[in-house]
Formats: sequence, C-alpha cells, structure tokens
Amino acid sequence: MPIASTPTTVPVTVDESKCIAEKGCTVCVDVCPLDVLRISEESGKAYMKYDECWYCMPCEADCPTGAVTVSIPYLLR
Amino acid sequence: MDEIQSGLHHVDADILVIGGGTAGPMAAYKAKCKNPNAKVVLLEKANVKRSGAISMGMDGLNNTVIPGHATPEQYTKEITVANDGIVDQKAVLRYAESCFEIINELDSFGIRFQKDETGEYDVKKVHHVGTYVLPMPNGDTVKKALYRQLRRKQILISNRFMATRLLTGNDGRIAGAIAVNTRTSEFLVIRAKAVILCMGAAGRLGLPTSGYMFGTYENATNSGDGYAMAYHAGAELTNLECYQINPLIKDYNGPACAYVAGPFGGYTANNEGMRFIECDYWSGQMMQEFYNELQSGKGPVFLKLDHLHDDTVKEIAKTLHNVERPTRGRFHDNRSIDYSREMIEMHISEIGFCSGHSASGVWVDENARTSVAGLYAAGDMASVPHNYMLGAFTNGAFAGEDAVDYIAEHDFAPFDDGQVNAEMTRVLAPTKREDGIPPNQIEYKTRRLVNDYLQPPKVTRKMQLAQDRFAEVRADLDKMVVRDSHELMRSLEAQSILDCADMAAHASQFRTESRWGLYHNYADYPEKDNENWFCHTQLKKDENGKMTSFKRPVEPYVVEIDDEEMGAYENQRVEAEAGD
Repeated sequence: MPIASTPTTVPVTVDESKCIAEKGCTVCVDVCPLDVLRISEESGKAYMKYDECWYCMPCEADCPTGAVTVSIPYLLR
Repeated sequence: MDEIQSGLHHVDADILVIGGGTAGPMAAYKAKCKNPNAKVVLLEKANVKRSGAISMGMDGLNNTVIPGHATPEQYTKEITVANDGIVDQKAVLRYAESCFEIINELDSFGIRFQKDETGEYDVKKVHHVGTYVLPMPNGDTVKKALYRQLRRKQILISNRFMATRLLTGNDGRIAGAIAVNTRTSEFLVIRAKAVILCMGAAGRLGLPTSGYMFGTYENATNSGDGYAMAYHAGAELTNLECYQINPLIKDYNGPACAYVAGPFGGYTANNEGMRFIECDYWSGQMMQEFYNELQSGKGPVFLKLDHLHDDTVKEIAKTLHNVERPTRGRFHDNRSIDYSREMIEMHISEIGFCSGHSASGVWVDENARTSVAGLYAAGDMASVPHNYMLGAFTNGAFAGEDAVDYIAEHDFAPFDDGQVNAEMTRVLAPTKREDGIPPNQIEYKTRRLVNDYLQPPKVTRKMQLAQDRFAEVRADLDKMVVRDSHELMRSLEAQSILDCADMAAHASQFRTESRWGLYHNYADYPEKDNENWFCHTQLKKDENGKMTSFKRPVEPYVVEIDDEEMGAYENQRVEAEAGD
C-alpha cells in the first residue's frame, strides 16, 4: 500500500537570506527537543522537515542571526 | 542524515543516567560530585542543552520549603491532604527537608530567584494553607546554567541516543540499557552498575483538543518511554489511575499560570467573571470543580486579569511571554486578545501520567530507589507526588548520591546477551517492511482512543472497549513501517504510548472507588472508599509477562494529620453567599 504525503503549513520558518547553515551552523537543528529541523541539501539552509512542533522556541532564541521564526501551528492558532 | 544504518557499539558506565532534562543532569552532577572517579554517562534522545520540560526555562518554583515561610512538616501535611492521604510521607518529607539546600545550590549556579529588598527569597502564597511559590524572573537561564555545570564536572554526554529497553541481570539487578541513535539507527549497549531513569512525563498520552499531535501540555518529546521501560524491566509503578489533568489556555494548550498571576491578583473565573474555586493550587479536587464549571451553564472558564492595573498586567505578561512557554504572547496576538480588556479562555488538558503535578509514576522510596535493585527514577516519571521542577532537581540529587553508594558495593551484573538481540529485532522490525502503517497513524489512533474511552468520568464498559481497541492497535504494530531513523524514533515512542494507554486502562479498573477528584472520578464507583482503598495501587509485569495490579499499604505517617486538616482540600468550591 503506498504511503501518501499530506500537506501541512509548517510553524517554523527560516529566512534564507539570514540563515548561515551553509557555513556549518546547525544551532537550530541541534537545540530542537523534537528534532524536526534539518539542513536542506539543495539550498544549504535550515528548514522544518517534520511537522511535529511544540512551538517551544529554542530554535528561534538560539539562532545567531535571527533567521528562525516560530509561529503557532495552524490547527491551534 | 536520517538514513537507517547498521551498527552496534558498546560502552561501560558506573552510573548511567537516562534523560537530560531536569532530574537527569542533577543526578549526574551529584553523583560526580560525590565520587569524581565514577564514570557517569548521561544519555539524551534530543540535546541536553535544550531538552526536557524546561527547555525554555521555568517561571517559578511551585513547591519551595524555605525557612521562615514554611516548614517541612507543614509541606508534608499539605501534600498528604492534597493527595487524599495516599502518599509515602517519608519521600515527601525528605524532599521538603532538602530542597532549600538545592535552591541555594541552583542560585549559586547562576539561576536567579526572586529576592526582596533585604536579599531574602520572595516567596508567594498560592497553596491552600502554606506559602511555597518562589518566582524566577530570569528562569530562562536554567538549562544553560545546568549545562555549564555538566561540562565543568566532565559528565560524558551522549545526545541523540534514545534508550529503548533496560537490561536485567541474571540475579535480577539492573545491568544497563540499550539505546538507538535517532539520526542513524545505530545501537549502543551500555553496561552499567546503576541506572537512573529521568525520562519525564507520559505527556503524549491523550490527544489535545486541537487535534495537533504535538500540541500537548507537556513537552511532546516526553512520550512515556520511562514508564514503559521500567514496566518491561519488572519495576513497580504506582497509582497510575491518578491521572494528570491540568488547567490550561484553551487551544494553545500550555499553562495559563494562575501561580504567576495569583500573587498579583489574577484568578480563575467563570463566564460571569466570578471566582468559583477557593484556591488555584492544582489538585484533583480543584480540577473536579474546574471540570464541573466547564460543563455547567457558567462555562467556559477564564483566567481573569482585566480588573488589574495596566502596569500589573504588563508585569504578568512579561513572565508569561518570556519564560517556560514564550509563544503564549504570539498566540494571543494572533487573536488580538488584550489581557487588560478581556479574560483569557481556559480549558483542561488531555490526560497523562506525571508526578510533577499529580502522583502517578514508577514507584520510588525516599532514596529514589525503584523496586529493581540498582534502578532509580526521579522527576516527572517517579512517584513522589506534586514534585514539580524543584522535586526533579532534589530527587535527582538523591538518586545520584545513593547510586554512588550502590556502585561501591555492586559490580556489573552479568546478563544474558539474548536480551540485546531480541531488542534489536524488535526495534528494527518496522525498518524491514516495504509498506504498511506509519507510526504517526498508530500513535494518533491510540491517543484518539485514549480520549474517547479513558478520560474521566471513567466508566468500566468504556475502559473495556478501550482495551479491546488497544489490543487491535497492538496487533497492527506488526504492520508498522518506518522509512528513516527519525520515524524509527517515533515508532518507538508510539509503542511507549500504547503501553502507557494499556497501563492507564488497567490501573483505573483496579481501584474500584473514586479518589483524587477528577483524576480518578470513576462513575461506576462514585464514592471514596477508605476501608478498602486507603492504599497505593501498584502495577507491574508479572513472571508470565502479564500486567498485574495489587495493593501496597500506605506506610504509617511520620507527620500526623487530624481529621479536620484532612478535609482541607475537599471544599474547593467558593461558598454561595447569602441571598445568592
């Protein structure tokens, strides 16, 4: 049985012009308690890979360049 | 980076601490302070820097016992009464006697607590009787300060390793644990003389009303893995039917923090803006009144701040929007809710297990020892009631220190290697399938059933149906499929959640009375029955692998309580005024 992918609008967004992941920064990926962020192999920037967010904020608070924004997940906004 | 790789590594530790949130770092730190030569390994499935319930810090200590404000005896009484008498007072008293020392130690780490003009701790009254709440205006510093101490003591930290099962020695002692890397799926077998479980609440048990699986009250990473692991290792769990159910900001599903707002004059109100509970301190009795109000024509329930001066509201908002759950401000901004102009809608949380706020957990004594030799537990997953963050620190300290004494007299327990192979097979099974059911669907279904059938008021027939449905989901585990290491972690969590769901249903049907207000409101047995049920209810896996429950007597009190005091939490509802 094939597995479908269901679209969701993700709560954590990254301003690619500010993100310095291509220089080796992985702070947001490291601090997420639910481990839902990754660095994109295509863009070299951080992004939310898994929509499993506790909207807790370490990714935003610890980002050295202010590139990460945490919004409230749509279902509970 | 999430590809599934094969790999098996071995490491030895004198003391293995599992869970790097609150209790775990303190356990590791205290063990290392007491015996600097001990090899202490701290295992964490995320990253210790920001893991656990206090990821973004905490707004206050809810249960301090500070000389001049409260006594250990008074605190022990208060907690005994709030728990309908079912407590192991020795553990509560030891906490109460030791927590002041821990506060001073945390203060010396650079975690600053609120002090008055004279430099004394500025403690606030929120509980029914005593004064125990100490605000932490700079509570966002907690994790950073802890991490510094761990580095200073050279604790060996293994991030991204999720423990999946404990290893049991041939003589019944603890022998170590098996863990899997959440990014690579490689295994780590840790042989240890003592193991300390600090794995947090079972916070992903019920489903939040929003339907968003990770929008839980507790940090969603706390999926009850510790409860499941202790269970499978044969440890006793206790009073699991005493669920955690918390008041919260509706939809946001995080704390409304009446403890923060209370000392400033904020309070919980009904739709008429009227107070309906005497005291905002959480207990099952208070939650029952909260539930009754929600169900009544006077619902919903609100946090009322709109009667306060604008500056006071700003002061409260500063704490609510900066510490613990800082996205609270964003949530209300989205809805254009101004705390000075309107009340904040509240609701009650999904069910969970968490001794931090209620009383269920892995059974421990006053030394944080479980019923398995060499195995300890502390924090939200251990049974010391209402222990909150300071309890996690203090009981974590007890565990670390006692484990040092234990390893001085006990070497590694020999164990059957077959346990490792069997566990690797169990863990990896979903990776061997080409198609099937993904872990998120297994988890969602389990948790949806928890909401449908296990939430109080509890009904036997509903709980039996839950057990039938859980058995069907369990059979479906043989069809679960995962495609990367991250999903593998979720598949393991889903199995812990299912174990906890089964334990909740089993434990709730054993105690055929109602107790702890809403937490164990059993519709089939609405009365409290002290004659038959003034006892702890233990749950464990028996020799045949079956879930079994039995009674454990409440130890004689070390702090006497008279009948009048015992009723202090029974009358939570504000009395109707004359002519009302």
